[in-house]
Amino acid sequence: MSSTKYILGIFDDPDDLMHGIDKLQKNSVPIYDVYSPCPIHGIDAKLGIKDSRLGYAAFMFGCLGGSIMFSMVYYMLTHDWPMNIGGKNFFPIPNFVPVTFEWTVLWTSFGMTFTFFFATHLFPGRAPRVMDLRATNDKFVIAIDAKGNTPHADITDILKEAGAVEVKHNDRKYVSYE
Amino acid sequence: MSSHSESIIREPLITGKNVTYGQITDDVLRPVENMPGKAWWIGFSVASLGAMLWVVSISYTFWFGIGSWGLNKTVGWAWDITGFVWWVGIGHAGTLISAVLLLFRQNWRNSINRSAEAMTIFAVICAATYIGAHMGRPWMAVYSLPLPNQYGSLWVNWNSPLIWDVFAISTYFSVSLVFWYTGLLPDIATIRDRATGVRRRIYSVLSFGWTGSVKTWQRFETVSLILAGVSTPLVLSVHTIVSMDFATSLEPGWHTTIFPPYFVAGAIFSGFAMVQTLLLVTRKVLGLENYITMFHIESMNKIILVTGSIVGVAYLTEFFIAYYSGGEYEQYTFLNRFVGPYWWAGCMMYGCNVLMTQLMWSKKIRTNIAISWVLSLVVNVGMWFERFVIIVVSLHRDYIPSSWAMFYPTWVDVGVFVGSIGLFFTMFLLFIRVLPAVAMAEVKLILKTSSEQAKKKLIDAGHLNEADVDFYKQSLIKFDSVDQSEYEKVQ
Repeated sequence: MSSTKYILGIFDDPDDLMHGIDKLQKNSVPIYDVYSPCPIHGIDAKLGIKDSRLGYAAFMFGCLGGSIMFSMVYYMLTHDWPMNIGGKNFFPIPNFVPVTFEWTVLWTSFGMTFTFFFATHLFPGRAPRVMDLRATNDKFVIAIDAKGNTPHADITDILKEAGAVEVKHNDRKYVSYE
Repeated sequence: MSSHSESIIREPLITGKNVTYGQITDDVLRPVENMPGKAWWIGFSVASLGAMLWVVSISYTFWFGIGSWGLNKTVGWAWDITGFVWWVGIGHAGTLISAVLLLFRQNWRNSINRSAEAMTIFAVICAATYIGAHMGRPWMAVYSLPLPNQYGSLWVNWNSPLIWDVFAISTYFSVSLVFWYTGLLPDIATIRDRATGVRRRIYSVLSFGWTGSVKTWQRFETVSLILAGVSTPLVLSVHTIVSMDFATSLEPGWHTTIFPPYFVAGAIFSGFAMVQTLLLVTRKVLGLENYITMFHIESMNKIILVTGSIVGVAYLTEFFIAYYSGGEYEQYTFLNRFVGPYWWAGCMMYGCNVLMTQLMWSKKIRTNIAISWVLSLVVNVGMWFERFVIIVVSLHRDYIPSSWAMFYPTWVDVGVFVGSIGLFFTMFLLFIRVLPAVAMAEVKLILKTSSEQAKKKLIDAGHLNEADVDFYKQSLIKFDSVDQSEYEKVQ
């Protein structure tokens, strides 16, 4: 039994990488993940990754923020202490619009972005789970879980054939950050 | 996806031969990974001296109160609010570039959005310092928040645009910050993975553990798009509300209904001018000519021309409405801009903003770097005078001639303003020293479709309409970063 944990197909070009995914899928090799320095459009559909649901989160947070602000202003200006300001109506809805709008935007942005950080496990101080240091620079990496995907030589050949400039057999999952 | 090639008649967004993904990283990170050159140190020294002047002036203001400014009982709002509106206006281009241009799929934003967003944040910080300062007793800022208190609770007046402004500016600042920082994560990860030792540790914390996996990128793009979607109306709302600080008053020269669109156009106008001022220098000093190309410069100049013309139309409308309203006070206020003691400020405003920008109709001027840079400074100056004219010149001759007065700034007024420019440049120079000034991931995204080399490959392969190729080659002539001799060989 080899000690290889992950097989990395390293590509110079995102198009070759897409080609590599096709070939692996044709050979029924499951892909663990793909790491790239820039987004690759169309890759999520190819890998069968569902659309992000962050839009729903954003909408909910927006509704929440807008409701909170509107209720707060209503409570303060109409209910708790109705003040005669220049003879204005005690419930001047148009005047509530700017602040309600601002908080809708504020809550949408913060709620959605923090949901993104939470769901993706991004926070200051998190140890980066990196498989190859060049994947944030100029290389596009397909990672394949070595366990159960044998023979490794065949996978190497598939990747090479698809145009991988390098195939790595890593003994550990992540590059250590010492 | 990336194999899809763009129409040949579009100008390239990245120039240069054999640009690789790795080279983009190297080019953009050169100032971050190496010690800065002489130009940076000179700039930084001057800027920090300015920032020190700001610290001195603002401390003096806080210690002695705003009596140390040149305000009097007629002109009770002067350089502080002028400076505030000027900075907030400048702070509009960043989010406009990142949000509006993203929604319109303008890919040329990719190489300028990062520095423009940073500029936005620093400009809004400068603006915020004015809000704190003009209160005189800055700790009173807490009363602008709707916090429970021992007076009842006596709440803030939600009918007042000043309160709307508190929420608008703070939302704008924090949303811009989130937008900017989220966009920075992949690029910080790039620095992290190339660095060693302490630098790696610092950038590792800052990168939030970014890996660039498929799901991360997918969510990242969703977040960017939605943030762009909500930021677009946000940008428009912020300066609308800033304009309402004036427009809802009963002051001739202020209470005009055209203010919101006029201020928004003016903000975009001055913001792009400041982006132009900064980027033309940054591009040269950091050697980013291949990423911030002549196409970018010309596009920004076109936006300056359009928004400057909108501002011009707004000026004309104001004059017409003053005449048409039949209100004598209104008419006098506008006439006073030209024939009063502040005629020179009026001339700076109308001359710099409307007359000078009309020069941009000429392609020769739009594509001339030196002239573009000077014009961007002219716009910055003109937009400062616009706020000065609106604020001080409208106030200085009010309804009662016996209280008419002039405004004379003290050294503290000047110190706070010049100092805030120093503060701004100090922050900007630190930014280009420690963080990538160009969004690398976004530039890499368009390398295979919109770069000069990709288009060259298409031309070399043939199969293209001859007329289209000629059109494309014609459009390359203005680029200073394209080797023109390359294209003479191709028939």
